[in-house]
Amino acid sequence: MYGRGLRGLAIATVLTITAAFALVFFYAPLDADQGFVQKIFYVHVPLAITALCGFVFGGLLGGLYLRTGDRKWDIRSYVAIHMALIFGVGTLITGGIWAKASWGHWWVWSDPTLTSFLIVMLLFATYQPLRFSIEDPERQSRYAGVFAVVAGAFVPLNFIAVRAAQGYVHPRVLTLTGGNLPGSMRLTFLISLVGMALLYVTLWKYEMAAKATRMQVRALRRTLLGEDSVAPLKRSAAPS
Amino acid sequence: MREGRGPGSWETVLAVLRKDLLLELRGLEVVPAMVLFALATLVVFHFGLNRDTVDGQLAAGVLTVTLLFAAMLGINRLFVAEREQGGFDAFLLAPVDRSTLLVAKAMALFLFLAVLEVIAVPAFGLMLLGAPLGRVLPGLIAMLALGDVALAVIGTLVSAIAVHTRARDLIGPIIGLPLLLPALIALARGVGPLMGGHGSVWPPGRWVLILALYDVVFALLAYAVFDFLLED
Repeated sequence: MYGRGLRGLAIATVLTITAAFALVFFYAPLDADQGFVQKIFYVHVPLAITALCGFVFGGLLGGLYLRTGDRKWDIRSYVAIHMALIFGVGTLITGGIWAKASWGHWWVWSDPTLTSFLIVMLLFATYQPLRFSIEDPERQSRYAGVFAVVAGAFVPLNFIAVRAAQGYVHPRVLTLTGGNLPGSMRLTFLISLVGMALLYVTLWKYEMAAKATRMQVRALRRTLLGEDSVAPLKRSAAPS
Repeated sequence: MREGRGPGSWETVLAVLRKDLLLELRGLEVVPAMVLFALATLVVFHFGLNRDTVDGQLAAGVLTVTLLFAAMLGINRLFVAEREQGGFDAFLLAPVDRSTLLVAKAMALFLFLAVLEVIAVPAFGLMLLGAPLGRVLPGLIAMLALGDVALAVIGTLVSAIAVHTRARDLIGPIIGLPLLLPALIALARGVGPLMGGHGSVWPPGRWVLILALYDVVFALLAYAVFDFLLED
């Protein structure tokens, strides 16, 4: 059921990301201050936005699990947060590279967005340890749902608080409201963002399809070959 | 937030709160430990910073971190009696609204923190703070009260999540700290201007507002999800 449309989605993702990179290298102008280094912006910022949306998405799915009690929502929420965590690690790495290249330090506290992102990552990094330390699967899902809802709501709140805490010591190089983003840069950025979002959705669907298939195979083996043919599941952070 | 659904919610809250306070009063387990821990942390700060007095933003940071560490002890212990002595089962068997447990526990934690601060803040003033404390006391109390609400609400929620996990002493702090960070930022930055010994007597309005907003949002959020942590 999750496999449906996966091929088309994957092709669309590859095409959009290829187009985005082509635009980044051959169409978007060089930044006057930073030169070539600024190109990482087209990877870093879409990654960050996708990761944050993924966290909030995971929170919404977790809320649906709490409302319905249907385990499929828990699996969806788990995969959404899992993928967003991977995107988040990518964001921190590309952010560090960008900061090193343009400000001379790997880490810059005065940038509120970077700092808030780190706090969000620190919170969501506890999602898997929390799941892993609860043995009863039903309770694991329920507590993970509570965590996802609280942490999802925390994402925007945290950004408000941290932004208020920092004076704008560094001028924001590029704001997303686009006031100082020339048209060609904005187009490139938007296509990169769509590409990254498509990549997230593709990976999410792919992982869901893999999990659904694995479960189906287990169920089939159990009916055909008997209970003993399937090894019992090991304790895991992932719902199954 | 404090409004229950069924009749007798307030009685339930007060009964659980009374039980917790009585337990603490007779056992003297958590609050003295928190106070001692806070005082020891102040000594560590004295040596770690190698300074006899601190003031300004540094003093606010020292005070915030000290209170946070001490609060973590209380948060870790909050539901231990319920878990070890079957209090959860008893509570679930009783025909009462489940959210009352959140309200009662948060109020108990708030009171523990208030007692802690009554001792730890004057001690901080005597031991480390360079500036006089008396003039800024009303502003400081207001800010600390708002900070305590955040610590109490988020602490209760996190403690309820952590108490049923295997690694509960680890899970509580690692989830709690990031969740508390915005409140701690607001607390430290709001208290900072008060620690200078001159200038403002009241914390900047921006931080009071952010902290209050954070309190309200998390109180509602905790109230909305707390039921799911007790189902069994």
